[in-house]
Amino acid sequence: MFSMGRRDKAVTSHKFKDRIPGFVTEEGTKIDTRTFSLRGLDQLIQTLLDHGYQCIGPVVRDGVIAYDKVSSTADLPQGWTDEQSPGHYRLRKREDDACFGFVVGPHSWKRFLYPPERRLWQLQKQGQSFVRVGEPEVAPRYAFLGVKACELAAIGIQDQVLKDGPVPDPDYTQRRDNALIIAVNCTESAETCFCASMKTGPEAAGGFDLVLTEILEPKHAFVAQAGSERGREILDALQTAEASESQIESARAGIASAADGQTRTVDTDGLRELIERASESIHWGEIEERCLSCANCTLSCPTCFCSDVEDSTDLTGEHAERWRRWDSCFNRGFSFVAGGEIRHSTASRYRQWMTHKLSTWHDQFGSSGCVGCGRCITWCPVGIDITEEIQQFRLRDQL
Amino acid sequence: MRKPKLAVWKFASCDGCQLSLLDCEDELLAVAGAVEIANFPEASSAVVEGPYDVSLVEGSVTTPHDLERIVDIRAQSGLLITIGACATSGGIQALRNFADVREFTRAVYASPEFISTLETSTPIAEHVKVDFELRGCPINKYQLVELIGSFLNRRRANIPHHSVCVECKRKGNPCIPVSNGSICLGPVTHSGCGALCPSYNRGCFGCYGPKELANAESLAAWAKQELEADPATLKRVFHNFNAWASPFKEEGSSHG
Ligand code: SF4
Ligand code: SF4
Ligand code: SF4
Repeated sequence: MFSMGRRDKAVTSHKFKDRIPGFVTEEGTKIDTRTFSLRGLDQLIQTLLDHGYQCIGPVVRDGVIAYDKVSSTADLPQGWTDEQSPGHYRLRKREDDACFGFVVGPHSWKRFLYPPERRLWQLQKQGQSFVRVGEPEVAPRYAFLGVKACELAAIGIQDQVLKDGPVPDPDYTQRRDNALIIAVNCTESAETCFCASMKTGPEAAGGFDLVLTEILEPKHAFVAQAGSERGREILDALQTAEASESQIESARAGIASAADGQTRTVDTDGLRELIERASESIHWGEIEERCLSCANCTLSCPTCFCSDVEDSTDLTGEHAERWRRWDSCFNRGFSFVAGGEIRHSTASRYRQWMTHKLSTWHDQFGSSGCVGCGRCITWCPVGIDITEEIQQFRLRDQL
Repeated sequence: MRKPKLAVWKFASCDGCQLSLLDCEDELLAVAGAVEIANFPEASSAVVEGPYDVSLVEGSVTTPHDLERIVDIRAQSGLLITIGACATSGGIQALRNFADVREFTRAVYASPEFISTLETSTPIAEHVKVDFELRGCPINKYQLVELIGSFLNRRRANIPHHSVCVECKRKGNPCIPVSNGSICLGPVTHSGCGALCPSYNRGCFGCYGPKELANAESLAAWAKQELEADPATLKRVFHNFNAWASPFKEEGSSHG
């Protein structure tokens, strides 16, 4: 069905090998857990900058928490949180000074690992032929600060598609290999979160260099563990103390309350088959009445990776360029093949999206394509909710 | 090789789209070098006789004279490309189509009896075959250069049909109906502007007209229910620069 072929061997999307989640290993030995204050977080950012990383983290901008360059804790959304529901997002003031007291915003890290627009090459006519011109771009070295568990899982999924597959994307691979990841465990959830049912969060399970948990009790501080050698080196360069039992307990309680606080759930049992069986369901047509085919869901989704490749020339035809741009299965041109487009209706596009996310992604990449971050729910301008639509397919399946 | 002859024609319009071509500054010399500009009233009064390889037509059909002129231009043109909301949908002046035009002429002109005008303002494609419609109010000059470039180099033009939202998301704009409750036509509007208004925290006005599969009804239902838009607002939102283009036409009319 898909050109990339079927891969049946069961691989999980986020098969992170680095460490076992939690604060003790499976054998019960305590994992080295450090702590530092807000000042320590500043020291961490400075250390990253000193190591030549561009530090990217959460910032308040245009009424949302976006991801952008940060150079100190003053840039972080300290004291802010996000209120989310289908088609609705608002920044709200918190009653405390938490820096990471929000869930996820409209951006995801794919913006940096797989940029929305990128020139792949330029050619210039010389005599009768074309020669390649322009310096190849050097991949930036990013340090991502504040990567949530669902986002780590999403990066793991994109790795599977863009880096670890049969045809690795060179730019993605380089950006990814360069990137240092500082995860932050969630200690609360938004109304739109369902990472617990997708088994991707709220605790970061691996795939990071450092993981932090922000605690407000007994005192505002960060509890930190290394997840890689690089992370260990950075942690060792900071002034830290050993985390106390009460700090670890506070971190654990925060993570547990994030999981308990999730109101949205998805029953993943047999989901892949359910969606496969639903291919002729009348419910696709019911969704079509509401769906705008606008593509916001796919472009907000941290795992969606589709892009278009565009060739262009200048007026004289002596200069040519190839650009890659984020695309979406909701766009008409997306299904263009010789003879024209094949997905003419919004129902067929929504079906493509949802079927790929929840069913054929397993065939293709060995995991679900959804990590339960809730972005497609919040950022759909008419509030279409993937969890609710799954429920509708379940109900109709039982009829 | 003979340079292709390009003509620019004006119908009922504000000239803004023609000006986009003049506004190309850097590219204009290249355009002038690549094509023979045979007729371009905003730039020069000299007119070169037809036929023309490419005609760019700005403006809508609003007078009996326009009806004759457009047929004549079509007959003299290889490719006929309409540019801008007036030419592709009837423009803001198509608001007359929902009212009695004689009332307008009486209100505006001292001697309305001298005004010879049609009841309606209509897009060029309602009268003659059009080879390509370049949307926008006004058009995007880079898209115009891209279109001319694609013609000159015999390749497909990179002018996508997706929503404004795609441009918004690539830019990293937060979606403003979601983040602050503004009404935004972006999800039902053809791209091309680079998400100009949402980038300045304003909802999209729909300058590029409806995108393919524009679900105006669902957008309006959401705006009414969740963003508390009243019928007058919804009517105004859809009956704007592209009021005569379906489904904006029908959606606007359904609200009061
Ligand atoms: S499908 Fe929706 S909830 Fe799932 S990962 Fe994508 S944006 Fe998040
Ligand atoms: S589900 Fe929502 S965000 Fe996605 S294409 Fe449809 S209307 Fe747009
Ligand atoms: S602000 Fe408007 S154009 Fe931009 S993504 Fe949201 S709905 Fe679409």
